[in-house]
This record gives sequence, structure tokens and C-alpha cells, in this order.
Amino acid sequence: MNTTVIEVSTSPHLHSGQSVDVIMRNVIYALLPVCAYSFWLFGLSALLLIMTTTAACIATEHIICRISNKPTSVGDFSVAITGVLLGLILPPGFPLWMAVVGSFIAVAPGKMLFGGLGFNAFNPALVGRAFLQAAFPVAITSYTPALALHRFAELIPSTLAVPLMKSPSLVDWIARVRVDAFSGATPLMLQKFEHVATDPWSLLWGVRAGSAGESSAILILLGGAYLVARKMMDWRIPVAMLGGAFVFASLFHLARPDLYPGPWFVIFSGGLVLGAVFMATDPVASPVTPLGMWIYGILMGLITVLIRFLGGLAEGVMYAILLGNALSPLIDKMTQPRPYGVAKKVGL
Amino acid sequence: MGVLELIAGKRLWRGVHVPEFKDQTCHLPIRRLPFPPMLVVPLSQHTGKPAIPIVREGQEVVRGEPIAEADGFVSVPMHAPATGRVERIGLSPSARGELTQAIFIRSYASSSQEVLYGSPQNIDEMTPEQIVLAVQATGVVGLGGAAFPTHVKLRVPEGKKIDTVVVNGCECEPYLTSDHRVMVEDPKAVLHGARVAMKAIGASRAIVGVEDNKMDAVEALRKANGTATDISIEAVPAKYPQGAEKMLIKVLLNREIPSGGLPADIGVGVFNVATLAQIGELLPRRQGLIERVVTVTGPGVNKPGNYLVALGAPVRWVLEQAECTDKATSVVLGGPMMGASIGSFDVPVTKGVTGILVLTNREATQRVFPCIHCASCVTICPMHLNPSQLGMLARKERYEEMASEFHLNDCFECGCCSYVCPSHIPLVQYFRVAKLANRKAKARA
Repeated sequence: MNTTVIEVSTSPHLHSGQSVDVIMRNVIYALLPVCAYSFWLFGLSALLLIMTTTAACIATEHIICRISNKPTSVGDFSVAITGVLLGLILPPGFPLWMAVVGSFIAVAPGKMLFGGLGFNAFNPALVGRAFLQAAFPVAITSYTPALALHRFAELIPSTLAVPLMKSPSLVDWIARVRVDAFSGATPLMLQKFEHVATDPWSLLWGVRAGSAGESSAILILLGGAYLVARKMMDWRIPVAMLGGAFVFASLFHLARPDLYPGPWFVIFSGGLVLGAVFMATDPVASPVTPLGMWIYGILMGLITVLIRFLGGLAEGVMYAILLGNALSPLIDKMTQPRPYGVAKKVGL
Repeated sequence: MGVLELIAGKRLWRGVHVPEFKDQTCHLPIRRLPFPPMLVVPLSQHTGKPAIPIVREGQEVVRGEPIAEADGFVSVPMHAPATGRVERIGLSPSARGELTQAIFIRSYASSSQEVLYGSPQNIDEMTPEQIVLAVQATGVVGLGGAAFPTHVKLRVPEGKKIDTVVVNGCECEPYLTSDHRVMVEDPKAVLHGARVAMKAIGASRAIVGVEDNKMDAVEALRKANGTATDISIEAVPAKYPQGAEKMLIKVLLNREIPSGGLPADIGVGVFNVATLAQIGELLPRRQGLIERVVTVTGPGVNKPGNYLVALGAPVRWVLEQAECTDKATSVVLGGPMMGASIGSFDVPVTKGVTGILVLTNREATQRVFPCIHCASCVTICPMHLNPSQLGMLARKERYEEMASEFHLNDCFECGCCSYVCPSHIPLVQYFRVAKLANRKAKARA
């Protein structure tokens, strides 16, 4: 019997084995089918875009850690998620140099300035996209058709646009490669600005124009289900956000069916599923109390519907989530759980 | 809750499913270990005032003979765990790390170790107060780990009425199976002890709560209980920390102990099965507590088992009997979730030791990440606290705010939050430090 060396540590002496880097790595795994589908749908440009944002985000975090004399934190894989997600929420033909700028904004001010992993108030990828939307409003609304001809052989012309020069026009290129009548608009834009309806069930699988990774609701939901099954993601937020959007959209649709599309269309169009499953669930910027998660999710569903139906933009998921992020500390404060054996507190 | 209970049955909603690791010992019958050459009986094996020695150095003692008397009501006597000679009264290492006063007894190898002390008493003729004092005389304390003097819980506080005795047979800690074996092998003593407790506190019914990973124990208890209706045996779905009295009361009776209060405040008395089995055995014979069942287990022992160990046997000696291997890296008294790892093998087995767990996996220095607010701890905390928030406040040493705003003192350190934390933040340890800091600040004020 070894009687000399024993370790003294404090209880508990067991651990679930769950680890931040493992969780983050699995989020990437869950996103891989979405990336692969994006490649199939939009071709080389989408692949290049996702790889560029991922590499740029990782490089930014690594360099900032080096500059501030800290061990690099890219090993926790959280910045890789930011990179992949940013690529997935940009139009597939988005100029790569702009994507690099967006990556830098996402990671440098969006995450590292707050203190890195665990301290960012907003989802970094959405911070990057919000910046790009303000800085390059045309490029970020220039969508290209799905399943374009020669998509594995040639890039979308705008992908390799030169910094600060006028982007090449996409009109001629689209006319050459499209396989059906494509007007350069996503189903949401068609619905909002041209009143052309798209069958929601065709959106579920998702052969359509849009951001690189938002098309296939099925693959995104499968990825989310994988993470929930492995207890790496809380199911409440996506359920609350999608459910909230569904209910509010139904109310609008019932009141004015001629003006507002049905709830299924609302859920499966645009980036709602991608946002609800992979962006709104960013644990750092979302509430921690179970009740808070429901409120946060439903609120984001409501804001999405309001922006889409009543606002000037076709899509509102990004602002809905950023607003939800901003509110989550307050939601947490208001929804502190009632501890066992403590009488219910009245008011705040 | 009413509706939920109708749909899902009685269950613990929060908490975690911890791997059980009980297979190693749950089928092994209780076996008595031989007597060690030296027994170390600490005077403080319980919550409350230490006992006062009534033997002197060099005196011969007989197994079962009182060797220390209770100092006041919240204290219990000690009995000689073996026939032998008092070698000295002095300091011995304890599980908590500090040195405590203890009686050292060198046992006689040639003694038959028969318990000669004690005389029968008829419990049916005793008044509740007489039972309370008789239980105190046995030296029995909470054998589930808390080691709180049992007789104190049997005396109902002025103005309170207790209607239900809850018998705690959950044993929700991984690895431990001592309570399990007691229930399987001696269900009659458990039920007898429960009826003594009911009589002392004037409760009309008792509920035995057993986790459903011990259905053989449930069967044994039901069989022993026969058609009696004053005691019911309920199987509840296994989940940690169901064996915490607050949790078990909530599950079985849907009552909550007010923050800072006791089970008596809501009309409940909670007793561990092993405690009641000892009362059921010892009280009719007027004998004292001199041994207990200890699960010796873990990957670091070759002969795991449920051993009847004389109180005061050094852990070193018990581990030698169980063939502890060289791979052992840490030794935990109690279960892995709440037990304390000891720094010395000379710590003796005391009344509150439910198990000796020998671990071999030197805990690799796990990298600690920042809190990512994943909410795992918040959604599983059985006390519905916010460990994430508490942890962040602890990092900033805002200890008072933790207690005043976030109910730090309601945390009973079950360890669920540390267990699930993917960032490997030692939350429970933070909370212990915070509570200690608050106590010190209060003492200074």
C-alpha cells in the first residue's frame, strides 16, 4: 500500500467530463453539414468565404493575445465558431477583403475588447455582420442564385473584388449562370418588396438564394438537435425564439392574411433558424435563468417578426438577437430563481 | 407541482444523474473486520460539544463500556469499541485536517470481544422523554454522514408538531452501498427504529424513501413491514442529491424547509436508515454504538466490500484489510460528491464515516476556462440558486453580497455545480471560502 503520496482535494471528486473546448469543437462539428451544404449550393465562393472568415477571426484573436502578452486562447475553439458563423451569415459572393474587415471587427472590438471568451456582451459574429451591414450596404444585400452553373469551377465575380474599388456588377454574371428566373432577391425580399410568395416547405430543405449558411433549415435543426442531445446547448432558447416568431407571425397573418405571410414561411425563410439555433444560443450573451431564456427567446422572435413585417428591412434576425443580447443582463436580474425555502420576493 | 406530480410521479426535478459506481459493492454482504491492535476514539465524532472522558490512562475497558460521557444535551457519550487497555488520551489527526482529542485503546488480541454491557429495556413502557435520553445514552448520531446527535432531533421543540417521520434510504452518493446493505440485511431493525422515532416525536406515520436503483432493498423493507400501514415504503427515481433531507422532503411530501430552518418547522423528522437500524438494535438492549457499516471501495482497493468496522479503527488498517493498491492517489471519507479527502492514513473511522473511497486517477490539472454562462449550474442547482453569478461574485471577493443578495447560505455544498461546470470552475470551493470569510467577518463585528 502506498502510504506516502496521497492527494488532498476538495469535493466533489467527480466531474461530468464536459469541457468548454470540447463543447466549442462540437458546435463546429454541428456546423460542418451546414458548411458542406453551402458549398454544394453556392460553390467555391461560399467555401472560400467561410474559410476566409474563419482564418481571419482566428488570426485576429491570436495576434491580440500575443500583443497583450497572454497565452493564446484560440485553443478553446470559440473564435473558430465566430469565424464559421460569420461566413455563414454573409452573402456567398461577399468580397473577401470585406469579410476580413468584418472578421477583425467581430473579434477585436466584438470579443477581445470586452475581455475575451466569457465576457463579450454581444455575439461577436453578429457584431461583425452589423458593422458590415452599415459599412457595405450594397455588398451585403447582393445575393446570388443557388445552384448556379459552373459554381465549382469559377468564383462569383464579387468574391475577389479589390479593396476600396467599385465591385464588379453581378447582373451579367447572374444572367449567364442562373438556372431559373432569378431576380437577385431572397425569398424574404421577394415576399416583402415584390409580394411573391415562396412555398415554406421548399424552404425547409432550402434550395434558395440567401446568406451562405441559412438555406437548409433541416441541416441546421439537425446540428442543433445533436448539440442538445449531447447536453452542449440549452434547448429552451431556440424553441422559445422559433415558437415566439411562429405565434406572433400567426397573429399578424390571421389579422391580415393578404399583407402578412404565414408562420411557416416566417420561420423557414431568411436566417431565423440559423440565428435561433446557433447565434441566439451563444451562452455568453444570453440569460442563464431558465425563465430568462424563455423571455429572451420569445422576445427575439417577436422583434424578428416586427422588423420583418413593420420595419423597412426584409430581415430582422440579426438586430433581434443583438437587442436580445443587450437585454439579457437585465432579463437575468429580473428572473433570478426563487431559491428553495425562500419566500417569493415581490417586485425587482 | 401538483399537476406535474400526477404526470411524472414523485421525483427530484433538479440535480444531476451521476454515474453510480455501486456495482462494485452493492451485492456484497456486510462482513465484520477483525479488531485492529490500536483503536483511536475521538471525543468529537459528532456535531455539538465533545464528550468528556471518564476513563484514565492504563485502565482496562470492556467492549461496549462507556468511556466518555455527554457534555450537555447536544452531545453524546462514547463506548469502548473493543476490549483492551486505555493507552493514552491525546491528540489524533482527524478527517478535517486538524488534531483532536481522542482516547487510544490497545485491544486485547485474546479477548472474545463479546459485548457484555447493557440490560434490556421495554420501549413500549417508556415515555417520549425517556426514549430521548435512552437514545442519547446509546451514543447514536446521524450515520448518513452529518453525525448530528439523533436524540436532539427526537425531542420536538416547544410549540412544534411533527406529523411525519421521513426515513432516508436514498444513498444517492455514487460508490456507497452501506445503507443499501443495511436495508437488505436488516430491514426489521430499520422499521423498528422508525417506530421508536415515531413514538418519541409523536408522529402518526413514517415514509421510507429509497431510490429505485435499490429495488431489492424496497422489497426487503416491504416484506418486513407486512401489512402495517403506519409505515410506507416509496421508491423514487434515482438522482443526486435526493438524499439531502431538504430534497427528500420536497420529493416525498412536497414541503419546503424555510431558509435557515429545520425539518421540524414543517412537521417532519428525517432520519437515515442506518441510524434507525442502530437504534432498533441497540435501544432494546441498552447498548452503545461501537461499530458501523462502512463501504470500502473505489478503483484503488482489491477487496472492496461493506465492512462492519469498529469505531476508531485507523483508515490505514481498514485499507490494509481491503488490500489497497499502490495506485491509490487519494482517499475520500464519504462519497465522491461531498466527502472529504484525507491527508493522513492515521485518521480513524468515526460515527459519520459512510464509506472509504480510494481513487486512483490523479486528477489531471484541468484547465480552468472563464465562465461562459452556459447555465448548466443554474438549471441543475437543487436549491435553485445561481451558482454562475455566485462564482463571479466570489472571484471579486464580494462575499457579503453573495449572502445577502444571492442566498449563499442556502447552499449545502452538494457539488452539482462543480460537477457539471464545463469551465472546471471550483464553484463549491469558492462558496466554502466565501462562507468562511463571512463567518470571520461576523465574528470580528
